[in-house]
Amino acid sequence: RLHGRSEESDQQESLHKLLTSGGLSEDFSTPYPPLRANVIEAINELLIELEGTTDNIAMQALEHIHSNEVIMTVGYSRTVEAFLKEAARKRKFQVIVAECAPFCQGHEMAVRLSKENIETTVMSDAAIFAVMSRVNKVIIGTKTILANGALIAVSGTHTLALAAKHHSTPLIVCAPMFKLSPQFPNEEDSFHKFVSPQEVLPFTEGEILAKINVHCPVFDYVPPELITLFISNIGGNAPSYIYRLMSELYHPDDYEL
Amino acid sequence: RFGLQYSQGIINGSNARCIALLEVFKQLIRDYSTPPNEELSRDLVAKLKPHISFLNQCRPLSASMGNAIKFLKKEISCLPDTLREEEAKEKLQDTIDKYLREKIVLAAEAISRSAFEKINDNDVILVYGCTCSGEGGRQLCSDSPLGSTSPTVSCSGRPRREGRETLHRLVRKGIHCTYVMINAISYVLPEVSKVLLGAHALLANGSVMSRVGTSQIALVSKAYNVPVLVCCETYKFCERVQTDSFVSNELDDPDDLIVLRKGQAQLGGWAENKSLRLLNLVYDVTPPDLVDLVITDLGMIPCTSVPVVLRVKNVDQ
Repeated sequence: RLHGRSEESDQQESLHKLLTSGGLSEDFSTPYPPLRANVIEAINELLIELEGTTDNIAMQALEHIHSNEVIMTVGYSRTVEAFLKEAARKRKFQVIVAECAPFCQGHEMAVRLSKENIETTVMSDAAIFAVMSRVNKVIIGTKTILANGALIAVSGTHTLALAAKHHSTPLIVCAPMFKLSPQFPNEEDSFHKFVSPQEVLPFTEGEILAKINVHCPVFDYVPPELITLFISNIGGNAPSYIYRLMSELYHPDDYEL
Repeated sequence: RFGLQYSQGIINGSNARCIALLEVFKQLIRDYSTPPNEELSRDLVAKLKPHISFLNQCRPLSASMGNAIKFLKKEISCLPDTLREEEAKEKLQDTIDKYLREKIVLAAEAISRSAFEKINDNDVILVYGCTCSGEGGRQLCSDSPLGSTSPTVSCSGRPRREGRETLHRLVRKGIHCTYVMINAISYVLPEVSKVLLGAHALLANGSVMSRVGTSQIALVSKAYNVPVLVCCETYKFCERVQTDSFVSNELDDPDDLIVLRKGQAQLGGWAENKSLRLLNLVYDVTPPDLVDLVITDLGMIPCTSVPVVLRVKNVDQ
């Protein structure tokens, strides 16, 4: 949409074009009156897309869940909640929710799902492997999707993904396209965010706090080999295809912000 | 009285339960007097039955307790008839003491010693929950001048949070510790060099039955190529086989899962909501391929040698 580059050429990023393009040909300092209108239109389109993503994803629910299944999820994700609610209108299934210590957002998810008369069971994170043998599908939401198809999701998801792989249970990630990030993971530690360890070990246990370290990471890295399917507002994709979608979504100059 | 303590969870951990059970049996034998015209051996066994079923109702018996009871019954039935009542009771109490000492206390020390051999200097060790044997190993190596530099990570799972107990004990010994919840193990494992786990029982197909969450830790450790060592005394080996954690498990109080956040419990009214259930499992089963080594009082064996040990024990008896 930028003046000087058409949409089609943006998407066909073949190596030939990259080599022969020779750098930016337009001069950004020349005034371009319709720019403001264009930008506002683009933002409006983006807003409409953002509002519709959850519904788009939920519409695909019936294709993936069949009757009498046991579905497992972790923590609280609005996308997954909409997905499951939509499927529950026509199918009968059970959901097991792993609460996500230490914040226990899984509790809220379970309460909301049970209000729609979906049979929900809440269990501790420690029992993920134990109940995995009974689970048919694992459906989770995520915070970010990285360019290689990996996830940055709430802490505990890596364990869930490994357990699903061990039992050969499909792992489905419901995430809208705006969560896609153009960055590849450089080093697994580089994205971590920590919160107050008070959740893990409260300050009331004061005397020993000076002698120990307490960690409370918020996010987990899940490698792409453990994921079976991504369901997004544009349809279902395999993790190996994510890098292509990224090139549609981001201009190559924007990869490193 | 023992039943009450036991069902409330005041006595916890399979070793502690077994020791307490044997103490109670000793008391029982002391207070026991043979009714006339009855044989000591047969009558005592019959008297034990209602007590055992009472305990079973308070809380299902653990594998270690089951083994101890089997041993006791065998001892009682093997008593020669010629002994007087007083002597018989003495003898029984002696055998119980010996069993306690050999199988539990000395075994724990043997395990600690073996575990000590496996722990090198500058190893970072992950411990899950609160296990007597795993901890014993850790403490022993902290007493030596070499071992005190190995830092330990104590991991804990809701709702019991037994890792805190381990944390306190280790800190008291002066070991440098880190504490995490079980969902953070993916973050911690790249820096860990060994994982020490305790076991509730070892099943005849090589699976390890232990506190819920252990199988997860073994799984993730395998993914990061960290060796998993399980410490277990031989009296906990049992004849049962189990492939998954559902077939026979214990359910704990589901209300323990409820947590108060800013003074409000999300799951507060869960009993009224008929679509909502809380599941609080106590044990889980770890498949044998996820465990690298089992440290017992007989030495260090792979998981698959458990039936061999059982057979040898049966032949001995």
